[in-house]
Amino acid sequence: MSHPFSKSSTEVAPLHSDLLTINIGPAHPATHGTLRLQIQLDGETVANAAAEIGYLHRGFEKQAEACQYQLVIPYAERLNYMGPVHNSNAWCHACEGLLGIEPPARAQSLRVITSEMARIIDHAVCIGTNLVDMGALTNFWYMYNYREKIYDLMEELTGARMMVNYARIGGVCLDAPEGWLESARRVMADLAEVLGEVQGLVSRNRIFMDRTQGVGVITRELAISHSVTGPCGRAAGVNWDLRKAQPYWGYEKYAFDVPVETTGDTYARTMVRFREMEESRKIILQAIDAIKDGPVMVSDHLVALPPKDKVYNTMEGLINHFKLVMHGIRPPRGEFYSATEGGNGELGYYIVSDGGPAAWRVRIRPPCFANYSVFPKIITGQLVADAVAALGSINVIAGELDR
Amino acid sequence: MMTEADVAARVQEHFGARVLEAYSFRGQHAVTIAPKDLREVLIFLRDVLKFEWLADLAGVDYLGFDDREWRFEVVYAMLSMENNVRFRVKVAVTDDSVSVPSVWDLWAIANWEEREVWDMYGVRFDNHPNLRRILCHDEFVGHALRKDYPINRRQKLSAPSESILCVRSELA
Repeated sequence: MSHPFSKSSTEVAPLHSDLLTINIGPAHPATHGTLRLQIQLDGETVANAAAEIGYLHRGFEKQAEACQYQLVIPYAERLNYMGPVHNSNAWCHACEGLLGIEPPARAQSLRVITSEMARIIDHAVCIGTNLVDMGALTNFWYMYNYREKIYDLMEELTGARMMVNYARIGGVCLDAPEGWLESARRVMADLAEVLGEVQGLVSRNRIFMDRTQGVGVITRELAISHSVTGPCGRAAGVNWDLRKAQPYWGYEKYAFDVPVETTGDTYARTMVRFREMEESRKIILQAIDAIKDGPVMVSDHLVALPPKDKVYNTMEGLINHFKLVMHGIRPPRGEFYSATEGGNGELGYYIVSDGGPAAWRVRIRPPCFANYSVFPKIITGQLVADAVAALGSINVIAGELDR
Repeated sequence: MMTEADVAARVQEHFGARVLEAYSFRGQHAVTIAPKDLREVLIFLRDVLKFEWLADLAGVDYLGFDDREWRFEVVYAMLSMENNVRFRVKVAVTDDSVSVPSVWDLWAIANWEEREVWDMYGVRFDNHPNLRRILCHDEFVGHALRKDYPINRRQKLSAPSESILCVRSELA
């Protein structure tokens, strides 16, 4: 026994309590999708976590093997419902790689414009809902308000707002209507204001910083081991953007920066997204300036449907249309891996073709699958409320996670 | 600057006859190897040729595709950011009696990816810490992406799934 007034006897042993096991999800507003987490809590600290996925599995890959290449386009959009148009652009890009064709310059520019718009709305929703998780509701309205404007543009361009079914193998289905590029330019001008307002509310906000800085840290090593790409990877110091490194659709022509942070925490991920939205705006404006007149589809009759007046007025056009619809596009036998920079990272399609009208094997490499696999590790030792904030900042889209 | 063709040449030079098949299509290259050589090839790629990233891991069922001697392939899509080059390594799996060595200790993402290949194709991975189904339910019978699994087959799955926390090794 030591003396009652000695220093050592006043040290209090930490209170030990039993760990409390709780389930978060699969249906829980904080998970933004059907994700299930099982967490052991020590007080309010996460002592142990495991994730289970598959609640939204609907057999995309099996379905894609059972229908013609062009019929996969609408399915592809439903993988990532935050920026759907990019997924179908990427799917068509993969099929074009397999076919060995390239869409015309104007179609490439339209794909860049729509894909970057998809990135902006993806990040807008991610940041908006993530801040709601932390109690900051105002930003959500600013962000969603802006998203509406982009949805209006999409509606004008394609006739649909969310699932637009715009891309085609060999180009895009419609040219931009009269004046659309100018409206797009105006909407882009508004983005700076929205970003300014939201960033002004959060980036130096004490509560936000306390909730996010040093929380949910993905280190560079962890990012490499878990193949974490996109904004989450760049926030962890992985200076890699497929638009820069392996450009497609003429991205090499546009001047833009790749935002990189080093801390890898929730704060860094949010800031990378803010800056990426700004870069996307720059790309869209440059693409609008540089867009060339011309066709929006390849003229190859084995890939592109003939114009309607040919279908209705000539025998060859009608036969061509019929052959493509009934017998499909037939890429040569072979396999091809195509990767584009999606909203959340590397969106890869691995296609094996047997020469028929449907792929033998379609594998999608969804960025979220890799990004989410790291999640149980980064929340261990964090407060459960901050784990929810970290989850929002990883931006897991259950649609492409589970396919 | 290293191209995919250079990588293929380096791998073939280093592994000789252990490369069962070299494949190239539209500038993309791949090699097919036997399961026993997998870890050696991937470590060679990672450490010597600077392929730090396992970008993707997928299974393919070639039942009835052509006259190749194996039914399944497990495809490792590698990425080197340093050299800005990609490369694919494919493992030939004769049938589901053959298992593939796990690489989850080299890349943590392989843990989930290998579970998916097991779930969808029934290809087993040796030394995997937690080889359970990942997308389909525990009660699911068969492997959904196999070519002999009909697309319209339905199964009634009703049992609640077991606790997921019991498996600590997933967190390793």
